[in-house]
Amino acid sequence: MRDRGETIRNGAIQLLLAVNAVIMIYPLFVMVASSFKTNAEIFSSPLSLPTHFSTANLEKVWTETNFVRYLANSVGITAASVALILLFSTLAGYAIARYRFRLSSLVLMFFLSGMTVPLKLAIIPLFIQLDTLGLVDSYLGLVLVYVAMGIPSAVFIMTGFLRTLPRELEESARMDGASELRIMWSIMLPLARPALVIVAIQNAVPIWNDFFFPLVLITSDNLKTLPQGLTVFVGEFTTDWGVLFTGLTLAALPITLLYIVLSKQFISGITQGAVK
Amino acid sequence: MAEGWRHSERAFPWRRSLWIAALLTPALLVMVLFVLWPLLSAFRFAFYEFNGLRPSGFIGLENFRQVLFEKPYSDWTWNAFKHNVIAFLALMLFENGTAFLIAFALLKALPGHRIHQVIVFLPVVLSAVIVGFLWKLFLHPLFGLVNQLLGLVGIGAIPWLGNENTALGSILFANIWHWLGFPTLVLLAGMQRISKDVLEAARLDGAGDYALMTKIVWPLIAPSVTIVTILTFIGSFNWFEIPYVMAGLTGSPGGSTDVLGLYFYRTAFGSTTTGIQDFGQGSALAVLMFVFVAGVTAIALRYLRRREIEQ
Repeated sequence: MRDRGETIRNGAIQLLLAVNAVIMIYPLFVMVASSFKTNAEIFSSPLSLPTHFSTANLEKVWTETNFVRYLANSVGITAASVALILLFSTLAGYAIARYRFRLSSLVLMFFLSGMTVPLKLAIIPLFIQLDTLGLVDSYLGLVLVYVAMGIPSAVFIMTGFLRTLPRELEESARMDGASELRIMWSIMLPLARPALVIVAIQNAVPIWNDFFFPLVLITSDNLKTLPQGLTVFVGEFTTDWGVLFTGLTLAALPITLLYIVLSKQFISGITQGAVK
Repeated sequence: MAEGWRHSERAFPWRRSLWIAALLTPALLVMVLFVLWPLLSAFRFAFYEFNGLRPSGFIGLENFRQVLFEKPYSDWTWNAFKHNVIAFLALMLFENGTAFLIAFALLKALPGHRIHQVIVFLPVVLSAVIVGFLWKLFLHPLFGLVNQLLGLVGIGAIPWLGNENTALGSILFANIWHWLGFPTLVLLAGMQRISKDVLEAARLDGAGDYALMTKIVWPLIAPSVTIVTILTFIGSFNWFEIPYVMAGLTGSPGGSTDVLGLYFYRTAFGSTTTGIQDFGQGSALAVLMFVFVAGVTAIALRYLRRREIEQ
């Protein structure tokens, strides 16, 4: 009796989860399927599968829009920002975690307090600051904002991780006469790889997806990032839904593929901080 | 603790200090230039009148008075604020409520639960711009997926984003679809930390699923609920991307989807309709939003932490 009740309950739970999975996946499926359809097909039979796989939309996106440029800009800006965040936060985290010096806890506190600052709300002075430095409408200005946004939590994670590494390694290297730089670079940093991966993902995803800062800071079409470029693109092709769905599909593709390969790291990277 | 420092460095302590300073400088410099200084300026600018990009004169609380009490600014501020509050309540109830149920279902670890976690989190990694445009197309009154599906069961075409009564709800729906995976997996992680013994003991005492959910799981995941509540609150009051993409900079139709983020952006950087930008008023709005969110968060944290302990 109890077993039968259990079976029914589990069946109900599986049904709930199945419905939820369909709600999450079906819209993305329609998006991808529509990208292979002609405009007429989308309007007349939006629910059906494409009758033949037309690549006309894809060619249009590739040749008639600045899409490739936006994509390249996003790749470059994300890569540069994440690289600088990793470099700067590792150096600072290393100093705080591995050396004892008078101001170390104050310095750590300074970085930690940066985690509570919503930089979006400081956009007006930030804009003026970048304008003074001549960095509005440039890659560098945007990258510096992202680096500033990423450093506090990155320093927090790197410091925490670097503290857990055993002292013996570093000390025996010192006995052998290795320089401080060499100890850091060749001995300690290779051990910090898991933390570096978390920091990289945690920062790469919001930077890759960001829309607000490019909207304020970038005006030249040739410097626009992918999310920002999409708004231009949607404005130009308002009624050409085949092209719109293709653009959305292409924009979603890179990060979706990465996510499928690295889903575990993505999930722990993004929920890091909320899950203790 | 001895540092095991080499003789040369022991003899020259400044070399050690220099090395530490070199390690810290890049990160500190970026923080001071692009976080600390802008943040302090943000507070200062709220008390200034602006002439274009430069502050031109100290005007005390005038900017605050305008955005809070002088029409038409005050109407816009309070209208937007109201929608942020609605968004917070709706997300707590529908997004986090659904997330709790799904997390509880996933806790059973039935076949397929791992792949479900990957699926429910997939939209979270997509840009809000993609999600916003996708749902804008799906919610189109004639050709959109939603009305096409509803048409199958005989429901007539509803202008989701064109009607003042349904527009805010529609963009909230898109937002929930976008973010659902986040609270789901945070709450699930909280549930998975509950010891198996506690759950087993409750089961042996004859507790059913419902009793297990309300009497055991809910109180024991209080810390996760605290975090999800705070993050939802902060997110609701910084809401910008999805309303911008789906309803435009003015929160159409008729301001029914206007939120503080949009209003702040219009004030600071000008909109297509008004064309004027006012950094002074914008700074006052930013300060008010910051103080409100930080203040409520601090009070809520105290209350929620106490609740965690009591339970």
